[in-house]
Amino acid sequence: MQNRVVITGMGIYSCLGKTLDEVRDALYSGKSGIVFDPARKEMGFRSALTAKLDIPDLKGVLSRSQRVYMPEQAKYAYCATADALAAAGIDQDYLNAHEVGLLYGNDSSAEPVVKAVDTMREKKDTTLCGSGAIFQSMNSTVTMNLGCIFKLKGINLTVSGACASGSHAIGLGALLIQNGLQDMVVCGGAQEVNPFSIGSFDGISAFSVRESEPEKASRPFDRDRDGLVPGGGAATVILENYETAVRRGAPILAEVLGYGFSSNGDHISSPNVDGPMRSLQMAIRRAGIGIGEIGYVNAHATSTHVGDANEAKAIYNVFGEKTVEVTSTKSQTGHEMWMAGASEVIYSMLMMKNGFIAGNINFENPDEDSQHLLIPSHTIEKKFDTFLSNSFGFGGTNSTLVIRNL
Amino acid sequence: MEKQELVEKINSALAEEFEIDVEDITPDADIKKTLELDSLSLVDMVAIVEEVSGVKIKGSDVSQIKTFGALYDYLEQHC
Repeated sequence: MQNRVVITGMGIYSCLGKTLDEVRDALYSGKSGIVFDPARKEMGFRSALTAKLDIPDLKGVLSRSQRVYMPEQAKYAYCATADALAAAGIDQDYLNAHEVGLLYGNDSSAEPVVKAVDTMREKKDTTLCGSGAIFQSMNSTVTMNLGCIFKLKGINLTVSGACASGSHAIGLGALLIQNGLQDMVVCGGAQEVNPFSIGSFDGISAFSVRESEPEKASRPFDRDRDGLVPGGGAATVILENYETAVRRGAPILAEVLGYGFSSNGDHISSPNVDGPMRSLQMAIRRAGIGIGEIGYVNAHATSTHVGDANEAKAIYNVFGEKTVEVTSTKSQTGHEMWMAGASEVIYSMLMMKNGFIAGNINFENPDEDSQHLLIPSHTIEKKFDTFLSNSFGFGGTNSTLVIRNL
Repeated sequence: MEKQELVEKINSALAEEFEIDVEDITPDADIKKTLELDSLSLVDMVAIVEEVSGVKIKGSDVSQIKTFGALYDYLEQHC
């Protein structure tokens, strides 16, 4: 008998807002978080489009010795996690007394690496890199920082699954709780936003160059899409064993019903149809529900030609012709990459809790694949109790979560 | 740079980085206790002093420099 897994807290730091209420309102109103960043043009970027968010100033919140090891994405993750724990009714006494785990998606920490290398080359003195550089540079920087700050005592590791990292983190956390290995796991995803982190991504012409209309640049499923827009921030959900959540009187928000995963075993950047389909089918099968019970699909769709087309085919093959609303919140946020799987669960949760589906903004004309999906371009009022969220990543890693309202 | 000017620049930089009052930095004060240094933040102290003074502090010398006064003397001797 497996344990039921519930979500008891959420926190987010995103280009759509720094509180759940701000993000809910931004989703509802169709706000775009995308801007043109002139500094990127000066750096030689093909596209200067990016999501815009400020790095939080944690002076006075955390000590100098805590902050010095944190790159920007760890600061985003700290804010999201502090809010999520507070929302779940978890204080430091609880964390001290229980074995709480931490699984967080992250797949780069470029800026500290670049800065340290610049220092080494210029100064020929590694001491001048400072004590924080090594801890900021490691891919596990988010989990090592959060684990120490919140004094967590359960599993502690970073999930690196490219743009599916945040989703896999939640899925793996759910598996640990289902199997009785942990009662609570802090899960999420974080993504740095600095230009160094995505300069080489820009270099492979993956980004939209619709620079004259930043808010219209990210247009998943639209016929005239021309690439993704990079974004970032952090999102945290608190996963908990249903029984222990009930015992402590936790605010139970939803249940993680199913986690599906697969690997394409194919091209490093071009997704196929079969791999994502298997991930969707596995998640639905493990959720133990009928496909008709799913009231909303939060697509991975990033606004690239091949990716969106193949996901549209996969969704159509699984769900059929226009049976359920499908949108990509990346139309508003850009692609939040390592964070996306976690943030999109929160975006979908906010819609589910508030009875609406945020429109897939900029979806003006379908193409031959998206014409078979039901894609609202403007926010619609709709109550639904179960959603499915897709996340796919480079290397062909796929993750799908099915979550039900409680 | 005159010694007093260097002292003021170092004290100011250290006070800002380690978030203490600059008045707490006196020649007789213990560096590690005043700045609350551990083995990692000691590296940052050395890096800041090297940046401000332009003097490279040998690793073997760091543990011998206990007070701010000793640090100023070291820098004066090696600049």
